[in-house]
Amino acid sequence: MIELALHILDIVQNSIVAKASLIEISIHEDVKNNVMTILIEDNGKGMSKEEVKCASDPYFTSRITRKVGMGLSLFKSAAEQCSGTFNITSEPGLGTKVAVTMQYAHLDRQPLGDIAGTIALLASSNPYTDFIYNHITNSGEYTFNTKEIKTELQDVSITNPKVIKFIREMIQENIKEINHL
Amino acid sequence: MTKVKSLADLKKLKDNLQGQLKLREKGLDAGSHVQIKVAMATCGIASGAKGVMDFLIEELDKRNIEAVVTQTGCMGYCYAEPTLEVTKPGEEPIVFGYVDIRKADEIIEKYIKNGELIDGIIPQNYETIQNK
Repeated sequence: MIELALHILDIVQNSIVAKASLIEISIHEDVKNNVMTILIEDNGKGMSKEEVKCASDPYFTSRITRKVGMGLSLFKSAAEQCSGTFNITSEPGLGTKVAVTMQYAHLDRQPLGDIAGTIALLASSNPYTDFIYNHITNSGEYTFNTKEIKTELQDVSITNPKVIKFIREMIQENIKEINHL
Repeated sequence: MTKVKSLADLKKLKDNLQGQLKLREKGLDAGSHVQIKVAMATCGIASGAKGVMDFLIEELDKRNIEAVVTQTGCMGYCYAEPTLEVTKPGEEPIVFGYVDIRKADEIIEKYIKNGELIDGIIPQNYETIQNK
């Protein structure tokens, strides 16, 4: 993975497999305090204590198509290589929460990358799952919620390519707005 | 200052699309569409599946091909990522491996438009003579 947005895209797949109906992604870029926080929270089926312990082990996976599961362990190492922390908490039946912090200005911190495209892809590929994306910087905050989008769209599908493009551009422009310091 | 897109703009786009969609079927019914599933587990994403998926969504729309592009998990062909499963209406699905943007373009032009088979097919679901 070369950007944080790709890690997010990957970790969210876990939530989708866990049959979450609502997935919340928050990014906090606190440049002043040199901290970047990424939170991914779902209301999927959750994991037992044993599973949580193994989750970031690359040789543990719940799938049967292959024997390794690198997603969380790669995200963990991406955080730890820039003096960050990685935390995963889960409750069976309630959901799972992955929290990562990183030193914002650390040389090895990966760039955030195409987060707007990632959110747009996730929202359109999983039309029956709702996403809330919240982005905070030192100069503002932006929240994107697929529930609002779906209400607005009525009978037009969120999988429509023109809608996907619109969502990507809307998120891009709004993030740009709050990145003006 | 440039104007930032908002939900009000989305409403305009929706009204526009509704007009266009009236003659066609709406919604998620994908029976008459080409269905493309992009394998997007860790292996696929790390190999560039996102770029391929962005390309497919944009180009299929530009080239006026009715298609539904979605994500799927790992099919076990991690060595051949990014992989795509393409299902044309009424046909068996075909899995393509090592799909970069050039390959994706070839798949649209040759397989989806003309039905030509091209290099890079992973024989996942073939029928043998014995089984027929």
